[in-house]
Amino acid sequence: MAELAIETHGLVKTYGETRAVDGIDLAIARGGVHGFLGPNGAGKTTAIRMLATLIRPDAGSATVLGYDIGRQADEVRSRVALTGQFASVDEDLTGMENLRLIAKLYGYSAKAATRRAEDLLEAFGLAAAASRQVKKYSGGMRRRIDIAASIVVTPELLFLDEPTTGLDPRSRNEVWDIIRAMVDYGTTVMLTTQYLDEADQLADRISVIDAGKIIAEGTATELKASVGSGMLHVRVMDRADRDAAREILLRELVVDVDIPQDPQGLTAQIEDRGRVTRALTALDDAGIGLAQFSLGQPTLDEVFLSLTGKPAEATDEEEAA
Amino acid sequence: MTTDETTASATMAATPEAPAAPQASAIASALASTERPQRPSALSTSVTFGWRALLKIKHVPEQLFDVTVFPVVMTLLFTYLFGGAIAGSVSEYIAYIAPGVLVQSVLFITMYTGTTLRTDIDKGVFDRFRSLPIWRPSPLVGMLLGDAVRFMVASIVTAAVCLAIGWRPEGGFVGVVLGVILLLVFAFSLGWVWTFLSLILRTPGAIMGVASFVLMPLLFGSNIFVDPATMPGWLQAWVDVNPVSDLVTGVRALMNGEEIGSELAITLGWAAGLVAVFGSLTMWKYRDPR
Repeated sequence: MAELAIETHGLVKTYGETRAVDGIDLAIARGGVHGFLGPNGAGKTTAIRMLATLIRPDAGSATVLGYDIGRQADEVRSRVALTGQFASVDEDLTGMENLRLIAKLYGYSAKAATRRAEDLLEAFGLAAAASRQVKKYSGGMRRRIDIAASIVVTPELLFLDEPTTGLDPRSRNEVWDIIRAMVDYGTTVMLTTQYLDEADQLADRISVIDAGKIIAEGTATELKASVGSGMLHVRVMDRADRDAAREILLRELVVDVDIPQDPQGLTAQIEDRGRVTRALTALDDAGIGLAQFSLGQPTLDEVFLSLTGKPAEATDEEEAA
Repeated sequence: MTTDETTASATMAATPEAPAAPQASAIASALASTERPQRPSALSTSVTFGWRALLKIKHVPEQLFDVTVFPVVMTLLFTYLFGGAIAGSVSEYIAYIAPGVLVQSVLFITMYTGTTLRTDIDKGVFDRFRSLPIWRPSPLVGMLLGDAVRFMVASIVTAAVCLAIGWRPEGGFVGVVLGVILLLVFAFSLGWVWTFLSLILRTPGAIMGVASFVLMPLLFGSNIFVDPATMPGWLQAWVDVNPVSDLVTGVRALMNGEEIGSELAITLGWAAGLVAVFGSLTMWKYRDPR
């Protein structure tokens, strides 16, 4: 299977004046996870909906698993599955009824549909909630039934549109585990996300999308290298020490050290994490007490700032290291 | 809340939240089942979607409010409001109005098809249906089939109320059933107008507004309530071309046990035309909605 999972040339979709997707070229190999990273309104969902044959492009061409999304839409549909950003199951029905509905639509007999639905509910930890209406599910359970509905017939390619937006950390980890299990099995996953750390955790390659255009592509490591290793925030105990502390940081980190509004604070964009330890030791040696320090992962904001020169709309919480 | 749900939630409360985490190995084995059943027929997927509509009624029985209470109120209101003035007495008027009020009740309810579809689209579940390798119109056809069940309920309720207040149709049971079947065929076809509206309008409210605007002249500018002979010429001209008038005349003939005339062909012709035009328009918008 040498052909690509997804190949697009100059894909365009306009809504009125807005070019939601503005000429996207992609070449995504089979296997693994490809991440589509961008803020709200960047065009991620529109792009995925075109590839899943839900909407038609205004210009450009695309093949999914070797089939043209326009002329061979039916071939595409029988090989891909989509889990949308919003509930893509019927909230009025129970979990069991939803999965049986999908199974029957794929051609399972009534009995086989029930068996398949039972297996999936069990696998996704939803057996106890099988006869409850989906609208009474928690956010995490709802996302699980969404994904279960997508694999009633094992797809070759799965589109996941922001699978963890709005989930608590535990449910998010569960969804991540599900995605990993599917990738281990060999399913190709295309995932959209606003979170750099999610793309980092799951995706083999990432396309960064902004205002309908792909502005960067590469592995998580490559993307992060383009923004350095993150931000160091330091707060000295005594504001009189700040200038001295800045001198030491400048010397040890070999990068620019900024002076924020906070009269005790200092921030620096790090390129080499190894230097941070040395810098902190040097501060200690010089007798400068620190009220606090933190080393943040580069955020989506920082990636965007560095790639586009303007901040992303959606901000991501910094992770204290 | 139905008793079904009460027991379900009671069971949930009884068993402490068991370790309900997804299991990677079970997911892998579920994926490994590479069973790909034969692609189902257009009829089979449509019927499956019809089954979905019935399941929704089971879970949200309030949905039946419009097909039960509404026809009762309309029948009683119009019969007693106009009965004395138009035909001298309710018992005489009922023979004239019963088939008409049946048509009115059912056609009025068809517009909920549009608002229901719009709500479905907005919730995202239609994205799933549209991404499935099935005969494309089947979610919509299934929905209209499910609605046919609702229309049947409305017909039975209306007929029962009419019978209770003195309607004795000459056509007997068979005549009434044939009349209802003709009505359901027309209602199914009219449903495609509302599915099309729901794909071009953005809110259920807007669909309701436009649908009422379309239905008003069709239902009231017809021979449902009064004989058009007393109307001014321009209104008679409209009533004459109004397809609902032909439908009502046809249903009346069947229910009164009279010979049905050209109205049958005209009504079926309109039904076929509506499906051809609005069915095609609907499917054209369905490929790329909003």
